[in-house]
Amino acid sequence: MSLISTVEAGQARLSFSTRKNLLRAAIVIAVIAVWEMAARSGLFYRDVVPPVENIVAALAGILVDPAFYRNFAITLGEIGVALIIGGTLGFLTGIALGVSRFLTKAYEPLLFYLGPTPKIVFFPVLIMWFGVGSGSKIAMGAISCFFPLAISVAAGIRSIDPVLIRVGRSFRLSTWQTVAKIYVPAIREPIINGIRLGLGIAIIGTVLAETKLSNQGIGFMIIQTYATFNIERMYGLLITLFVFAIGSNALLHRFTRR
Amino acid sequence: MTRSRFRLDTDVLARVAGAASIVILLAVVEILLRTGMLNVYVMPLPSAVLGSFGRLFMEEHLLRRFLLTFAEALAAGLLVAVVGVAVGAALYRWKLLRAAIETWVAAFAAAPLVLAYPLFMVIFGRSALTIIMLGFLAGIAPVILKTVEGLAGVRPTLLNVGRAFKLNGRALFWKVQFPAAVPTIFVGIRLSLIFSLINVVGLEFLINFGGLGQLINELAEQYDLPGTFAAICFVVIVSVVFFVAVERLERWLRPT
Repeated sequence: MSLISTVEAGQARLSFSTRKNLLRAAIVIAVIAVWEMAARSGLFYRDVVPPVENIVAALAGILVDPAFYRNFAITLGEIGVALIIGGTLGFLTGIALGVSRFLTKAYEPLLFYLGPTPKIVFFPVLIMWFGVGSGSKIAMGAISCFFPLAISVAAGIRSIDPVLIRVGRSFRLSTWQTVAKIYVPAIREPIINGIRLGLGIAIIGTVLAETKLSNQGIGFMIIQTYATFNIERMYGLLITLFVFAIGSNALLHRFTRR
Repeated sequence: MTRSRFRLDTDVLARVAGAASIVILLAVVEILLRTGMLNVYVMPLPSAVLGSFGRLFMEEHLLRRFLLTFAEALAAGLLVAVVGVAVGAALYRWKLLRAAIETWVAAFAAAPLVLAYPLFMVIFGRSALTIIMLGFLAGIAPVILKTVEGLAGVRPTLLNVGRAFKLNGRALFWKVQFPAAVPTIFVGIRLSLIFSLINVVGLEFLINFGGLGQLINELAEQYDLPGTFAAICFVVIVSVVFFVAVERLERWLRPT
């Protein structure tokens, strides 16, 4: 292994980070080139692998389309409300589990194993309870983000240094003062991490629900492009959605590290 | 001694209380439904849900559907293990490549891939292949990352022992590095299997094809409320059993 690195270092007069960036650029260019060749070769259906410029054009078309912003706002609103409802419930559940060993033993296994089950299968029930409109999508997102927040907050509270809590007791803090002045600041990181994970799967839950049964939102727009076989537009919508999901994740990730 | 004994007893008590509270909740729902305070068309009787399990096994071929779902998840899992470990080993071998794309792999793990399922339907059709490919892609990133981590974390002493026996590069990899990295790699595989299973069942439901997920969709469309609830419960039970099983497997692989 050391031999290889010596050879690598000998070959290159460029610094490691420069070569890294060059390799990245080369990979991106190669992927686009292979894609473009595949699109023009006629080996694939042109609709499945459309030329890059068609995808860019579709993307541009989406970004100037008022209907896109209307639907995007609806989806954003659903995700936001879902995050508030599911997040608050998850946060409170996490605190209850974190402070009580009894509740932890009683309910944490349930939470721990229900957490990773596929939530979307609850959707038919949610439609019956909350209707075919935004209600069932919000419920879907809320259920999704409840679990990571509850688990993350409970684990965070358990990892708090007991000295901090004893200091609070010496100051005769009430339960709510303890939560507000000691627990919440001490578990800032797990909270943001829980929100980050929760937001990620709330986006998935909400948009998937929209693709299944809806007449508005980004998920609905995507499944419409499938129904009308407008694949270039589908690529454009998926790219926008992925940029939004990965971007919001990275943004929250930045908060945890400060 | 007495203190730990006391702890143990309260823990057992807590578990019993947890289980009992769920049974009581179900009983309350049953009573509310029977007295008409809750609507049976919105919430089925818990007893009816329990009763429809037999029907699902007999009429809806629950076992065969379970095996189909399991086979899809297994196929995705095997693909993930083989490709993920190979890519991870390649990233470990070529430092420059690792520096260039490791963060991309991590970002890929955060991408909501399942949302691209309409695209996969266009490419692979409404088939098991769509389900397996998405299950595969959804689970690939953790295995790659954990393989790199595992190989990079092999203790130098082990490598030195291997070199002392004059092992060549390939033998060193297969006899020392890879076995030493297996426990870490399996952490990634466990996560992947969970992602794969979630995606497989979810997709079966969404594209109305295949095993357990499709069953939920069909029963819901027939407005068979007790059946839908029973099928959802079955999926939850299967997932939980699956998670516990891979967790045990991971513990068994980890050297103590």
